[in-house]
Amino acid sequence: MDMLICVFCFVFFPPPVSHSQITRLYSRFTSLDKGENGTLSREDFQRIPELAINPLGDRIINAFFPEGEDQVNFRGFMRTLAHFRPIEDNEKSKDQNGPEPLNSRSNKLHFAFRLYDLDKDDKISRDELLQVLRMMVGVNISDEQLGSIADRTIQEADQDGDSAISFAEFVKVLEKVDVEQKMSIRFLH
Amino acid sequence: MEDVGSLAARVAAVWLALVLALIVVPSALGVSLGISEAYMRLLVRTLEWATIRIEKGVKKAQPQMLKTPVANGIIERDETTMEKEIAGLHRVDFEFSDIFYFCRKGFEAIVEDEVTQRFSSEELVSWNLLTRTNVNFHYISLRLTIVWVIGVVVRYCFLLPLRFTLAAIGITSMIVGTTMVGQLPNSNVKSYLSELVHLTCSRILVRALSGTIHYHNKENKPQKGGICVANHTSPIDAIILTNDGCYAMVGQVHGGLMGVIQRATVKACPHVWFERSEVKDRHLVTKRLREHVADKSKLPILIFPEGTCINNTSVMMFKKGSFEIGGTIYPVAIKYDPQFGDAFWNSSKYNIVSYLLRIMTSWAIVCNVWYMPPMVRKEGEDAVQFANRVRSAIARQGGLTELPWDGGLKRAKVKDTFKEEQQKNYSKMLANLGNTVFVMELSKSASVPGCNGCEVG
Repeated sequence: MDMLICVFCFVFFPPPVSHSQITRLYSRFTSLDKGENGTLSREDFQRIPELAINPLGDRIINAFFPEGEDQVNFRGFMRTLAHFRPIEDNEKSKDQNGPEPLNSRSNKLHFAFRLYDLDKDDKISRDELLQVLRMMVGVNISDEQLGSIADRTIQEADQDGDSAISFAEFVKVLEKVDVEQKMSIRFLH
Repeated sequence: MEDVGSLAARVAAVWLALVLALIVVPSALGVSLGISEAYMRLLVRTLEWATIRIEKGVKKAQPQMLKTPVANGIIERDETTMEKEIAGLHRVDFEFSDIFYFCRKGFEAIVEDEVTQRFSSEELVSWNLLTRTNVNFHYISLRLTIVWVIGVVVRYCFLLPLRFTLAAIGITSMIVGTTMVGQLPNSNVKSYLSELVHLTCSRILVRALSGTIHYHNKENKPQKGGICVANHTSPIDAIILTNDGCYAMVGQVHGGLMGVIQRATVKACPHVWFERSEVKDRHLVTKRLREHVADKSKLPILIFPEGTCINNTSVMMFKKGSFEIGGTIYPVAIKYDPQFGDAFWNSSKYNIVSYLLRIMTSWAIVCNVWYMPPMVRKEGEDAVQFANRVRSAIARQGGLTELPWDGGLKRAKVKDTFKEEQQKNYSKMLANLGNTVFVMELSKSASVPGCNGCEVG
């Protein structure tokens, strides 16, 4: 099993990720897997208190499960986590011909875009934005006020006038934001 | 056949005599023959040697690895607050980048969270030659493996039967002793004898676990009519404490062997055992405990306000019920040394029998007990604040971290009020930054600050 993990993971976590980091993440995976069947379900994630109280908790959990599936294996777990690896300096100048690593700025932005874009039509509509806003504010702000926030946000970012945000417009709005730092988790040793 | 039988009987008799003479009698008298001290010294030397060998072996295998202090976490958590991160760069109310904060927090929690790790055994910095703690350590050398094999033989073939015998003697004498004392009419003699029986049997049971306990600040030992409060790691916490003094236990009536012990001991000493149905009735529980505390001649009550076993790296939320009774609280901090044996009972993974087996096949149970100065509820302080104050004191003394989470999260889901609190905080920020004035609808189930989901005591 150890060898298998290493093979899978060196694909998504190219060196210098250490063997011990992968082992630790595998050990975390198994400790979350209460059913002990090698996969995680949504309930397994919801058992983490700090995730359960996160307003975007459900969306984050959904990101782990591919379309229509209810279980995620270790490979899928690592694949999703790979988006949050910090961008190392020596990787920035790596070969340009290879596939883009999952933790590139563009892929991190794509991941965030998918959190908004539920129906996967590559556009964030007013309704989708409202849904995310409602998740984050709970019952504390009224529908009208939330609506006006959503309208103002779309108006500022929308460049082609279709009242929805495409991925290109999304990237443009966030061009000054330090995405690499905000969407990264620092691993110890 | 008969020869073998009689030989076995002879061996058993000699064995029992040795155990009685060398261990039971001295411990009953509170005298030490120095055998366990010698064992501990040998153990410490062996483990130090093993640690050095492992470090040498690791260095040889990966010479480029920096000698950084091994942290016990996987990730470095970003402690920026919501306010600083989201409000810091805002011009207007909502930005698309707001979700980054929640996203990152969510992923950090998935990789490593503060709560669920407390419900499983602590990870060791360096291996202590027990298979069960061998998480990240690999084969290093032949000598180490040989020492480990010797360790297994010693633990399972020599220590385990010895400890089992002692435990059996201890429990039997407890039941017999307390039943006999229980026949006497209530008097000073009876209390004295009951304390004697409890102390003696506790000492035997501690020897049965190869326990080495260091008591600090004995001048603060709990007095009669008080309430002793401690952090909870395992069922043997009670034995650790009764080894040095007598307490009135509080708990639920069980069946089986535990029930027999409970029924026997309550005749000799006024322990407070509740029936299962009574436990639900909070007022009844408080009333009985209050009566006990009011009687100054009764022994101090021993309570574990966390309500469940935590893995001894942190102290979780104290249930406020124990702090509403009144009276003086005597806090006690118990910290086990995980190098010699893991005392934590992971009740979702092991039942009590396999737990006891694991304890009895560890090297030893080493712990420090700190008695702390008594505390009383201040004017204008409610039970929850008082509970938190006591908890901080215990955590500080024992070198444990304090967590505002409820130990009940081991099995139960977290309350929605926490999520609502986060939503409220975010909404406040939007309102502050927005150009228009918002009228915030206060959430119907507003959470009381500081309550954090307190349950019945």
